[in-house]
Amino acid sequence: MKKCDIAIIGGGPAGMAAAVSAYDNGVKNILIIERDEGLGGILRQCIHNGFGLHRFGEELTGPEYADRYKKMVLEREIPYIVKTMVLGIEQGENGRHTVTAMNSESGVFTIDAGAVVLAMGCRERSRGQLNIPGERPAGVYTAGTAQRFINIKGEMPGKNVVILGSGDIGLIMARRMTLEGANVKVVCELMPYSGGLNRNIVQCLNDFDIPLRLSHTVSKIHGKERVEGVTVSEVDEHLRVIPEKSEYIECDTLLLSCGLLPENELTKGAGIELDRVTGGATVNQNRRTEQTGVYSCGNVLHVHDLVDYVSEEAELAGKSAAEFVKAGCKEPEYVRRLAVIATGGVRYTVPQRVDVTENPDDIKIYFRVGAVMENVRVRVSCGEKELLLQKKRKVAPGEMEFVRIKGEQLTECDGDITVEIVK
Amino acid sequence: MNIGEKKEMICINCPIGCVVTAEKTADGFIVTGNTCPRGEKYAISELTHPTRTLTTTVRVANREGAYLPVKTSAPISKEKLFDAMKALSTVTVNAPVEQGDVVLPAVCGESDIIATGSIK
Repeated sequence: MKKCDIAIIGGGPAGMAAAVSAYDNGVKNILIIERDEGLGGILRQCIHNGFGLHRFGEELTGPEYADRYKKMVLEREIPYIVKTMVLGIEQGENGRHTVTAMNSESGVFTIDAGAVVLAMGCRERSRGQLNIPGERPAGVYTAGTAQRFINIKGEMPGKNVVILGSGDIGLIMARRMTLEGANVKVVCELMPYSGGLNRNIVQCLNDFDIPLRLSHTVSKIHGKERVEGVTVSEVDEHLRVIPEKSEYIECDTLLLSCGLLPENELTKGAGIELDRVTGGATVNQNRRTEQTGVYSCGNVLHVHDLVDYVSEEAELAGKSAAEFVKAGCKEPEYVRRLAVIATGGVRYTVPQRVDVTENPDDIKIYFRVGAVMENVRVRVSCGEKELLLQKKRKVAPGEMEFVRIKGEQLTECDGDITVEIVK
Repeated sequence: MNIGEKKEMICINCPIGCVVTAEKTADGFIVTGNTCPRGEKYAISELTHPTRTLTTTVRVANREGAYLPVKTSAPISKEKLFDAMKALSTVTVNAPVEQGDVVLPAVCGESDIIATGSIK
């Protein structure tokens, strides 16, 4: 059996940053396990620019951002295996874990690991999950699949395109397909606002005169062998299709950019419960899941807008895993557990709980709101006590926000911490 | 634009996406709403000479089925994006390629096309 101090599942931006951070915090015996052909994760196919402004102070493309971290992994000679699928994680003896994996060279094998960092990323919501009525022709892809076809394989998935969903990947693909010669007819968004960044609406749609129809969805897919067209319909305030306000649009391709879902089969298999809102594990401020020695970070924990925040979170998880290992596979001594409750317009928070030690460090609470709101304040409180009241010019579901809470404030907290939006 | 005329736009420099307003004056523009100096630069360039970074891929001739991601080393004129794509459609590279290598110098008379990935 292979043996390591920290097994990191996934070699994308989260996995690489966690590995580097764990190494720099004093644990060298690490193993990154990646199922694709190389390190880098989804950044390998995100050839557009816009990554790294927070982290590196410059604008990088996806492959460039991934390469920075890959270099850090290689410089430290952190071991990694590729083309290897992890099948399960089980609790072992003395706080350790058994990771079962498989590849074409070794077949099924096990790894004895001290700590485990979950960094598996997320998947796109598929047609089946969206329940779009109609026939089942070829030509319906998630935006990320189309991105892989074009950027990695050099294949165009279609010529006349309708995109459902205005998430960033959908917007990026509208531009990418247009530059490669396709005719992107329209981007439909079910919600009355776009799920993507404003900058992407400007540089991916407006630059190429691609219309964005808000409060519209695809209500039917037509075509027997290949997509021949789609019915685009307006929706009412309850997001129900208005049949009278429907239009047939001829196209050969439908791209779906309708949200990302953390890929947590392994987490569930390990007996860790998931947060119903994020679809990821619930964690404390160190990104520790409900299970001792198992940490989660990046898009497998909750979907991030920016890879820069993924790296930051993964560094925290990597450091926590290193500290766990250095303490002889033991968690720090916690004196109190505080739940972090999302309420009043806040959909979720990460972390979902704070485990307070004798001398707690400052923490950041990340959160996402449920609707677009302007000129509001974020209120963080514990019982009657207000910990923070911060003005926000605008909050939107598409943009993750965060607040900082000082360690000394946590010392005084003895109940649930509430995060809410107030007028 | 006439003097006194205002134009509102969304800055694309970073994910914040500031709504910036540029007002034409006798000797230039007054930019408001930006939260950093790059916003001012963006607004003026958008009204005088809009530019964009182009990212795409080129074929790797000696590696079957392989594509190399590339970008313009600096933003190029917005109206030249499609010309640049056309110029790149016939360009191939030979591995090994290092990130930062020039794949095509001065595309459309503007900035170089450089590799954003490496192929051994």
